[in-house]
Amino acid sequence: MTRKQRRLSMIAAAGGVLAVAVGLILFALNDQIVFFQSPSDIVGKAHPDGQRIRLGGLVADGTVERRDGAEVRFSVTDTVETVQVVYVGLLPDLFREGQGVVAEGVMKPDGWFHADSVLAKHDENYMPKEVAEALKGKGVWQGEE
Amino acid sequence: MIVEIGHYALILALILSLVQSVLPVWGAVTGNDRMMAVAPPVSGMMFLFVGISFAALTMAYATSDFSVLNVVENSHSAKPFLYKLTGVWGNHEGSMLLWVLILVLFGALVAAFGRNIPAELRAATLGVQGMVSFAFLLFLLVTSNPFLRLSPAPMEGNDLNPILQDVGLAIHPPLLYVGYVGFSITFSFAAAALILGRVDAAWARWVRPWTLLAWMFLTLGIAMGSYWAYYELGWGGYWFWDPVENASLMPWLAGTALLHSAIVMEKRGALKVWTVLLAILAFSLSLLGTFLVRSGVLTSVHAFATDPMRGTFILGILTIFVGGSLALYAWRAPLLKQGGLFAPVSREGALVLNNLLLTVSAVAVFVGTLYPLALEVVGGEKISVGPPFFNLTFGPLMVPLLIAMPFGPLLAWKRGDLYAVSQRLYAALGLALAATLLVAWLQGVDRILAALGFGLGIWVIAGAAAEILSRARFSQVGLSTGLRRLVGLPGAAWGTALGHIGIGVTVLGLVAATAFQVEKVVTIRPGESVTVADYTLTFGGLARRTGPNYIDDVGHFDILKGGVKVAETDPAKRLYTARKMPTTEAGIVTFGFSQVYVSIGEVHGDGGADIRVYHKPLVTLIWLGCLVMAFGGALSLFDRRLRVGAPKPARQRMVPAE
Repeated sequence: MTRKQRRLSMIAAAGGVLAVAVGLILFALNDQIVFFQSPSDIVGKAHPDGQRIRLGGLVADGTVERRDGAEVRFSVTDTVETVQVVYVGLLPDLFREGQGVVAEGVMKPDGWFHADSVLAKHDENYMPKEVAEALKGKGVWQGEE
Repeated sequence: MIVEIGHYALILALILSLVQSVLPVWGAVTGNDRMMAVAPPVSGMMFLFVGISFAALTMAYATSDFSVLNVVENSHSAKPFLYKLTGVWGNHEGSMLLWVLILVLFGALVAAFGRNIPAELRAATLGVQGMVSFAFLLFLLVTSNPFLRLSPAPMEGNDLNPILQDVGLAIHPPLLYVGYVGFSITFSFAAAALILGRVDAAWARWVRPWTLLAWMFLTLGIAMGSYWAYYELGWGGYWFWDPVENASLMPWLAGTALLHSAIVMEKRGALKVWTVLLAILAFSLSLLGTFLVRSGVLTSVHAFATDPMRGTFILGILTIFVGGSLALYAWRAPLLKQGGLFAPVSREGALVLNNLLLTVSAVAVFVGTLYPLALEVVGGEKISVGPPFFNLTFGPLMVPLLIAMPFGPLLAWKRGDLYAVSQRLYAALGLALAATLLVAWLQGVDRILAALGFGLGIWVIAGAAAEILSRARFSQVGLSTGLRRLVGLPGAAWGTALGHIGIGVTVLGLVAATAFQVEKVVTIRPGESVTVADYTLTFGGLARRTGPNYIDDVGHFDILKGGVKVAETDPAKRLYTARKMPTTEAGIVTFGFSQVYVSIGEVHGDGGADIRVYHKPLVTLIWLGCLVMAFGGALSLFDRRLRVGAPKPARQRMVPAE
């Protein structure tokens, strides 16, 4: 091979790897990202089957109901609308009524939000950023700033 | 008084770093020996002063001096002594001080051990390191001073975040920072070489040990962080693709690429321009990580309390250093001469492929980490990019890397023979296929992807073993001579083999723990049992225990296998009284390389509890593999070649050997 051919074959290989990587990234960004929504964004809207959503808001007071088999039901509210959530599993240590929470899962036709993961703040100074902003947007933020 | 000394020492270090930023670089460019001679002693003094400062803060923590704001916010008199000490870096200000301490430590190390480096290069390198130190000392003093006093002093502190009250905090941040910050010195070497306009094979030889050192510690730091999250957070996960984990993974990928490209540069004088760029990128990614963690722009387990001023300041540092070094690169890199030629199928070609895949996968991680942020900045929707994205992008990019890995070290320099190399890998291929078939047979054909993943891990391990064994040539020289040869092989050869074997071991752990784990979430009452894999756990009930600064609700479990009790474990639900913050203390029992993992959730009034039980087959291999990799790095570091002075170009001044 001449010097030029060598260089061309190297560049072709590099270009090939890059193209595959860019393709993968674009495909994954199209398909695998999850949108953050507040209860007001969800209530009264149609949801395509199986579309994953991150639902953020406050755990409504007096709605946490624990059942056998580690099933938990609670409501997430942004003080305007409320969504009922069902989750099977262990809740994070700092999950409490009246506190910020982010639940990830899908909205089912039965009107319940089926969460497969629930995140709460992990420090008393901390509130999930998206939740804080969503609450600010609704004018019900009571924290600092 | 001690606190003021610490504060004062930090200011002195700042002034010294300013001197260091100017004089040695100027001296190196103008050829002034006296100005260059300033660099080593000033590096030592900077380390001394930052060390005094760190000791002063440690003292304040050890004696629970609540007149210091930082101690009040993060300590408590009832806290165990070890956590008082580690609490020094369990907060933003203190951890930044540790960061700077390691930054100046690397400068001092180069000053002390870099005697065989040409004077100009050493002076310019220490000068650039001085600039980085100046920026971060200024950041520390202006936005994050750990020595601020509080008057009147409260009687008691607010305690440390309970999640951090663990030996993990004693080990994880120091290891990680040595790795992260260690790339500053390769960055300084690269910038210095660009300033001097001279990069040769010897440069790669001087830089390689420092890269290795940083890479080793970063590997250990990431592994330790992963294990800590696994046992402390109670979710049983070891990697979450959390933005801050990604922030440590990106410099690791760039650093690994740098390790490999530096070999090509050292042996063959090729890839100079690229190696210098990688050295700049590795540290730039470390700086990016620092920005992500400390500015509060991302939601993460690691995020420190938000302060916009800090974010802006670090963004400024990031812009100046990344922008400045890249501009310097654009200006000076064309001066670097092209190195040796090589065919696409050759050792060099294999290392280029390695670099290509590693950097592209770093780009994938970069996009996934920063895309949500970018979308938010331009006013778009709020999204989250989670594990599915990374599994779909990072995963497929790693597969060709792992497949190609055994070929690389067997290929000859300049022009390799792929067919001959393949013949030497028949045994490895056979083992890998056998492993794949065995796993597919045991676990069912529907788990074919996992079986292939398992086979890939075996392929990497067996391929690396084949390479090191082929160097001994047992068939030609007999067993005893072969063994002697094996022991006498250079450290770098063993380093390569162990580094690759470590990757293979980690892959086996990841595949097994992901694909074959068994998880059960149940409500359990005293006397009841739950079974995962071959193990049955019998719940003995909950009891309350009191620790120094917490209260535990401890559950007792007997673990039975085949009806025989083989172990017991006591996971707990813990409440830290000072912050009124609950944590989960998982119960973990290791059987061989596998683990049974129990964590307690909600405790019911009737003595029952919600629990989550996992059987995680071969999970410990994930971290053991990282240990093997780091050990390989250490062997390579002690290779004689790197300690003996490199041959120097004739036109340079002679420097006395050590």
